[in-house]
Amino acid sequence: MSAVAAVDVRGAAVPVSERGPSPRKVIVSYGFWLFLLSDIIVFSAFFAAYAVLAGRDAGGPRGVQLFDRGHVLVETGCLLFSSFACAMMSVATELRRRALTVLGAAATFALGAAFLALELGEFGAMLARGATPERSAFLSAFFALVGLHGLHVATGLAWLVVMMAQVFTLGWRPMVLYRLACFSLFWHALDIVWIGVFTIVYLGAR
Amino acid sequence: MGKLSWDAIPLHEPIPLITGAVVVLALLAVLALVTLKGGWPTLWREWITSTDHKRIGVMYVLLAIVMLVRGFADALMMRSQLALAAGSARGYLPPPHFDQVFSAHGTIMIFFVGMAFMVGLMNFVVPLQIGARDVAFPVMNSVSFWLTAAGALLTNVSLVVGEFARTGWLAYPPLSELAYSPGVGVDYWLWSLQIAGVGTLLSGINLTTTILKMRAPGMGYGRMPIFTWTALASNLLIIAAFPILTASLAMLALDRYLGFHFFTNEAGGNMMMYVNLIWAWGHPEVYILVLPAFGIFSEVFPTFSGKRLFGYRSMAAATMGICVVSFMVWLHHFFTMGAGADVNAFFGIATSVIAIPTGVKIFNWLFTMYGGTLRFELPLMWAIGFMLLFVVGGASGVLLAIPPADFQLHNSQFLVAHFHNVIIPGVLFGAFAGYNYWFPKAFGFRLHRGLGVASFWCWFVGFLLAFMPLYVLGLAGATRRMQHYPQTQWQPLMIAAFAGALVILAGIVLMLAQLFVSIRQREGLRDTTGDPWDGRTLEWATPSPPPAWNFASLPQVDGIDAFWEAKRCNAGVREPEGQDARPLHMPRPTPLGVVVAFFAFFAGFGAVWHIAWLTGGALACIVAACLVRAWRTDLEVAIDPARLAAFDRQAARP
Repeated sequence: MSAVAAVDVRGAAVPVSERGPSPRKVIVSYGFWLFLLSDIIVFSAFFAAYAVLAGRDAGGPRGVQLFDRGHVLVETGCLLFSSFACAMMSVATELRRRALTVLGAAATFALGAAFLALELGEFGAMLARGATPERSAFLSAFFALVGLHGLHVATGLAWLVVMMAQVFTLGWRPMVLYRLACFSLFWHALDIVWIGVFTIVYLGAR
Repeated sequence: MGKLSWDAIPLHEPIPLITGAVVVLALLAVLALVTLKGGWPTLWREWITSTDHKRIGVMYVLLAIVMLVRGFADALMMRSQLALAAGSARGYLPPPHFDQVFSAHGTIMIFFVGMAFMVGLMNFVVPLQIGARDVAFPVMNSVSFWLTAAGALLTNVSLVVGEFARTGWLAYPPLSELAYSPGVGVDYWLWSLQIAGVGTLLSGINLTTTILKMRAPGMGYGRMPIFTWTALASNLLIIAAFPILTASLAMLALDRYLGFHFFTNEAGGNMMMYVNLIWAWGHPEVYILVLPAFGIFSEVFPTFSGKRLFGYRSMAAATMGICVVSFMVWLHHFFTMGAGADVNAFFGIATSVIAIPTGVKIFNWLFTMYGGTLRFELPLMWAIGFMLLFVVGGASGVLLAIPPADFQLHNSQFLVAHFHNVIIPGVLFGAFAGYNYWFPKAFGFRLHRGLGVASFWCWFVGFLLAFMPLYVLGLAGATRRMQHYPQTQWQPLMIAAFAGALVILAGIVLMLAQLFVSIRQREGLRDTTGDPWDGRTLEWATPSPPPAWNFASLPQVDGIDAFWEAKRCNAGVREPEGQDARPLHMPRPTPLGVVVAFFAFFAGFGAVWHIAWLTGGALACIVAACLVRAWRTDLEVAIDPARLAAFDRQAARP
């Protein structure tokens, strides 16, 4: 597709909206942004449900009795540093440095996997104490919201493995670069959601 | 096999069994015909695996028409049951069956008729109108369509394997919870909509990106055709609203499958939260359906009046206004929840406010016709019919928006009359106007006028006969979803409504006949100009049917109604300078969409019947298909410039 010049024949500026189709790269990341927005709306519905049901513990264990904030802080640190590693990976990709990209991806994966392991450990301990989603509406909303985020992280980890395989087999093709860009958008978006989870669920526990 | 056994086939119920047998036979007959004619290679290459937005749009519309017949069969059953079941009579549909019929009717008509029709028309028209060669993500477009089709198939399978929901089309808990609906009906509903909903969401992302990022050079926002404006609003609403549906369905599924307590009576669940969530999707959904229809009317009125659309800017503003306000009115679906006078007053006023931008549109259409040279072709007839009927539905809506009145009319046949009075003229008449309007663009010949006119009058008269009595019955106290009634004095009006349904049936039969006859007489109805209606927007600048690449070189747009202006200046559509002459690249056909949807259907079917290996296996197959696709590198085919030039020469010949 041919982009139209920013200036017309008479030298007047052409408004951005009249310059014709955007380059493929812009179209792909724009579409992925829209997908992320819709995903964030899914999360917001689960946040809303959690807000409504947070106090409905049905006589069962309450958040403040269940959550270990130190544990969750370590978890949070893992995810945030994973995001930093992901940003480093993007820089390495921009420079087309394969070894550095893989290093960044490995760090992203390791920290993300550590986050997931800590989260599963927390879930396991809660289930062992009888704090299951069947126990109360509060616990249902908790496991659904935090679990949904965890499911996203797990999907992201699998995606990252696929992307590294693509970098090795397909090289720096435009389609691989677009997908890497989408992955990093996805990974950073999960951080934003987690900040919400950390604040509302864990710091806001009663 | 999970919960699935031979008991799931309703051998003792003749109605679903015979219907199912007829459908299966018809399907086999179609498949046999395709096989006999040797049509499979063409069908597979040109349609099933196509990534061409025009083909996908046509398939959406075809799906919508098939599902319209299914949904209308349910309507006929309900109306005939109510025409019979007065006094001590109980009719022929026992309550459990009647409940499934009205639930299926609502679900099918909204998700698989209204949505499929509108998404299909947007798919077909929008890239042509904005001067693009395809949508932003052509492969994802194919996935979207096939997921919608898989959802529709799952709904229909419930007819003969198991049962459908008995909960109404929105499956309110606690009735839809496992304790009160232990069967698989609600699960069919859940997974059909979840699968189709994902398809719709992807389609919304696709079309929004297309409109915002792929317009032809020169087409700023102030020059976008008004149908594209309404498509933009509708797809923005899809992106904002469908995730709420996905989340609500997921929560209900967690309740039903894993014993969660989102909406249960026990353990602190809150069923009113479901009603809030589902309507936070459900009300915008109404506008997702009706806004593109408004866009169609806004194309039809100027074209057949030979005038520019009156108040283009106010029309675009009203569209975006409706888009925003539609998110602030959801509570009017349950004023009786007990949210308190202040909350109800807020939502009552917000609801009435929507009438203002809608009124702006009505007056814009009237002023567009005023002083114009009207040509009473089929699209204009549907559009005028819409306007006459829709204002009545709008007025009854404003009435229902007043909370004290709503307390009286809530859950009554008055409500049923109201929403049919907006959806049938608003959405369906819009869809039919668009179908008649763009059909010659899609296939190169017009639809038969006489049969179309007959169909229009049957729908118009049938609608009035079927739904005006329901207003009266609702005021007299008849509730919705009622299987029988003791008041024999209601029966004459019920019979009138049934007669109306039969007249609409004639309208549908005539519509199918119109399609059939038009195909048979296509040579006589052929349009060689590509512009049969003296159109105004860029889609009419292409030959009919347009080539796979739509535009060999992208058009340069200098104003609203780009094609009309070009014709007036007696010149072709201008092309921007400095376009490269490289060969065009179009996406290669791919079976990804149909493969993903095939396994999504089995994943859903397995989930309905608790067959874990089937669901797990099908999901694994979806992942595998996507991975295989991710390593494909030959994604595009180059279209030879010589072929382009040859096509252009042929199209230029009169």
